[in-house]
Amino acid sequence: METIVKRRIKQVIKGDQDAYGEIVELYRDKVFQLCYRMLGDRHEAEDIAQEAFIRAFININSFNQNLKFSSWIYRIATNLCIDRIRKKKPDYFLDAEVPGTEGLTMYSQISSDTVLPEDELESLELQDEVQKEISKLPEKYRMAIVLKYIEELSLNEISEILDLPLGTVKTRIHRGREALRQQLKNV
Amino acid sequence: MSCPDHIVDYMHDYLDEEISEREEQELRKHLHSCSDCEQHFRELKKAIAFVQNTSHIKAPDGFTASVMAKLPKEKKKLEMSRWFKSHPFLSAASLFLMLMTGSILSTWNEDQQFSVSKQPNLVVENGTVVVPKGEVVKGDVVVRNGRLNIEGEVQGDVTVINGEKYLASAGHVTGDVQEVNEVFEWIWYHIKETARDTVGLFGGNEEDQSLQF
Repeated sequence: METIVKRRIKQVIKGDQDAYGEIVELYRDKVFQLCYRMLGDRHEAEDIAQEAFIRAFININSFNQNLKFSSWIYRIATNLCIDRIRKKKPDYFLDAEVPGTEGLTMYSQISSDTVLPEDELESLELQDEVQKEISKLPEKYRMAIVLKYIEELSLNEISEILDLPLGTVKTRIHRGREALRQQLKNV
Repeated sequence: MSCPDHIVDYMHDYLDEEISEREEQELRKHLHSCSDCEQHFRELKKAIAFVQNTSHIKAPDGFTASVMAKLPKEKKKLEMSRWFKSHPFLSAASLFLMLMTGSILSTWNEDQQFSVSKQPNLVVENGTVVVPKGEVVKGDVVVRNGRLNIEGEVQGDVTVINGEKYLASAGHVTGDVQEVNEVFEWIWYHIKETARDTVGLFGGNEEDQSLQF
């Protein structure tokens, strides 16, 4: 796949925008997934993932063609996600209690208008639960965990994407795993 | 019971698939004998399994189209530069023409004022230049943005730019008479002038050289 991508990138550099469309098709799901797991919101994830592809296109001339394109687009996307997380001041949490009520959280304020079969509902609830626990991780551990276990990348690739020494990546993954163990042991 | 610290490190090394055989043996042996560590290890694996099993979500429909729509439009510029690269001669020629026309047009616009070449016996009245009866004006007469009334004699060329010329029956011009009124004529006049000057320059050089020999 990398050779096809390399050929497409050469075409993009020559000004062929359609060739870039093929690159977006190849990586959109992975990049969107990364953004969604980092940000926990589909709209924001779509925003940031699109922005990442646009930035990659604009800066395509600075892309080192000896490296993997996937690492490069991941790096742009991770940086954008971290910027977004830092800018975003959370003004409310869904599981915070609604003031003046007892035991009523924002979750109960959201009406569920779709009726789902029980199994599906259960698995969806578990999915949400896991996503919520991922979102609670400090962003540097979250990033490492997402790249390792959701994007299924090697430690070397993660170190390249995050521009960090391998040892630091390992430490972050270890700490992230320990934090998740604590958070998920009673699920 | 306190377990050695490195056991937890071994667990992570195992999960990273970066554990030596000897260390793995030690870890296994310890986990068999220590239920706390065994549970710790199980919880780690469970957490990983949960994260790995989150369903892989796909980008929304229309994602690619929407990215493509937001890309900067570079195509036109690129086509132009491609065209220039493949037609170097035409590009140079069109650039030359553009600059030429530009500079000449700017002189055309600058010269909206009345002006006349300086000869002592020309009479100027309200934007009209008169060559008086019986007078002989030597050299070329150029009038810009005004009228020229020739009642006497001009020994040389007469040029009226953006104006009118009246030649009285008694008037006489020995050289060429020219009226320039339109921009294109003006440009043509300019080019001819430049060409004549250039030829004159070369001709002059030749003469100089021939004189030197």
